[in-house]
Amino acid sequence: MSILVIAEHDHAALKAATLNTVAAASKIGGKIHVLVAGSGCAAAAQAAAALEGVAQVKVADAAHYAEQTAENLAALVVANAQGYTHILAPATTFGKNLLPRVAALLDVAQISEICGVESPDTFVRPIYAGNALATVQSADTVKVITVRTTAFDACGQGGAATVENIAAGPDLGLTQLVGRELTKSERPELGAAKVIVSGGRGLASGENYHSLLEPLADKLNAALGASRAAVDAGFVPNDYQVGQTGKVVAPQLYLAIGISGAIQHLAGMKDSKVIVAINKDPDAPIFQVADYGLVGDLFQLVPELTAAL
Amino acid sequence: MVHERYERAEETNVKILVPVKRVIDYNVKVRVKADQSGVELASVKMAMNPFDEIAVEEAVRLKEAGVATEVVAVSCGATQSQEQLRTALALGADRAILVESDAELQSLAVAKLLKAVCEKEQPQLVILGKQAIDDDANQTGQMLAALMGWPQATFASKVVVADGKATVTREIDGGLETLAIKLPAIVTTDLRLNEPRYATLPNIMKAKKKPLDTLKPAELGVDVAPRLTTLKVVEPAKRQAGVKVADVAELVAKLKNEAKVI
Repeated sequence: MSILVIAEHDHAALKAATLNTVAAASKIGGKIHVLVAGSGCAAAAQAAAALEGVAQVKVADAAHYAEQTAENLAALVVANAQGYTHILAPATTFGKNLLPRVAALLDVAQISEICGVESPDTFVRPIYAGNALATVQSADTVKVITVRTTAFDACGQGGAATVENIAAGPDLGLTQLVGRELTKSERPELGAAKVIVSGGRGLASGENYHSLLEPLADKLNAALGASRAAVDAGFVPNDYQVGQTGKVVAPQLYLAIGISGAIQHLAGMKDSKVIVAINKDPDAPIFQVADYGLVGDLFQLVPELTAAL
Repeated sequence: MVHERYERAEETNVKILVPVKRVIDYNVKVRVKADQSGVELASVKMAMNPFDEIAVEEAVRLKEAGVATEVVAVSCGATQSQEQLRTALALGADRAILVESDAELQSLAVAKLLKAVCEKEQPQLVILGKQAIDDDANQTGQMLAALMGWPQATFASKVVVADGKATVTREIDGGLETLAIKLPAIVTTDLRLNEPRYATLPNIMKAKKKPLDTLKPAELGVDVAPRLTTLKVVEPAKRQAGVKVADVAELVAKLKNEAKVI
């Protein structure tokens, strides 16, 4: 078996999701190669070569990979797919955008967002927003798979893979980047954070969200998250959203503050190691999944907690 | 309602195809069957996939703004998918196509069926939901784009169509990205793109008279055989509810000494 992992990176460094994807590849077993396609991406390629379990890094360095568009990347992956039994990418917006395009061009199914590996052709994946787990077997010669990153611990370092430059594919010129507005933050990335402080509608306003949760997140070196209700109410931007329609996270510690615990939110955080809920409603569904529940007024309890840490 | 972002361009003559899927209504609590063969679908309320409703709404708004000339809804699935097509017609689609099949249709098969429909209908824009809330695959739009050789803009939160291109703002990890894509193209919808309207009774009545054609996969020359076999479906392990703590001091003590996470 031979596995190609598509690296997610920003040209200078790998995104943490790539490490989880390599870990999933190791569970499948076989030789692992990593494809780094970018523009001036030698540093990201070196980082990939140092990952535990990686035998070879293939680098396609060209200006038309700067924006990581699905059209150009899919053409490159397909041109280099020969000989691989599995092609993996993280189930992030990057991988979800790219990999179905690859699968269709190879005329194979994609197995989305696997959270378990049963055998080289059989995988476990959540359906119905995580309310059920399906075990699926693929009959295709190449298994094209996206990986739920929170289900696999990041691979280690210490590898010494060879790095090979490969020819860039064509610039299809179908897509043009107009601009990006990325949320700037000193905090850890939501998908990779060990601690997440998440706020819901109970905070009542965006000002309260920031004035109450930021000092707490600072103390814990935590990422900030939010329920869909808080996003819909305009407290914070959409990329803060944890849930079925946002990000799926599984940190060591998840603090749900003023979050009632709608099914769609629980789908995004219920695999966290330890869950703490602070809510004034003792019957809020969030308490059914929380390891530690504190019933009371968050406007009093959160500053108290921040002070106690 | 004409929103400012639906800019009118004189030369624009855009036909929009909107695929819709029949799924379990999002309010229904899903139950796994005792024999682990799947989830209970018998006598469960079904509805249009919520992301597809957003796609229909976006297409209809583009038509109301004079950008699109026609909105065609299409569904691949069992006869009962006609209900969801009628809903799309009541929301403002002009006509509908059912690609009727009782077989299990996986994403790749649906993408191939939609490709055949695209070749017949020649739309300039296909707007799809980013994922269906049953299998959560998030594949069909990207696969269709690949099969057609068209550009794609997935997870859209804003769409402007003018001068033979679509300018699409996408929800990506860490923020937003705006792409300009040449038509014909594929757009998939994210939640914040719009808030779908409700179908009014007069429009529901009118929808009954709008044309709904039926095709079979064989007529389209598409092999829909599944590539993935579901071996079993189980409920995820339930998380045990923990304890209520009396105050902040007890919480901090538990996190330090019991859970050891701080």
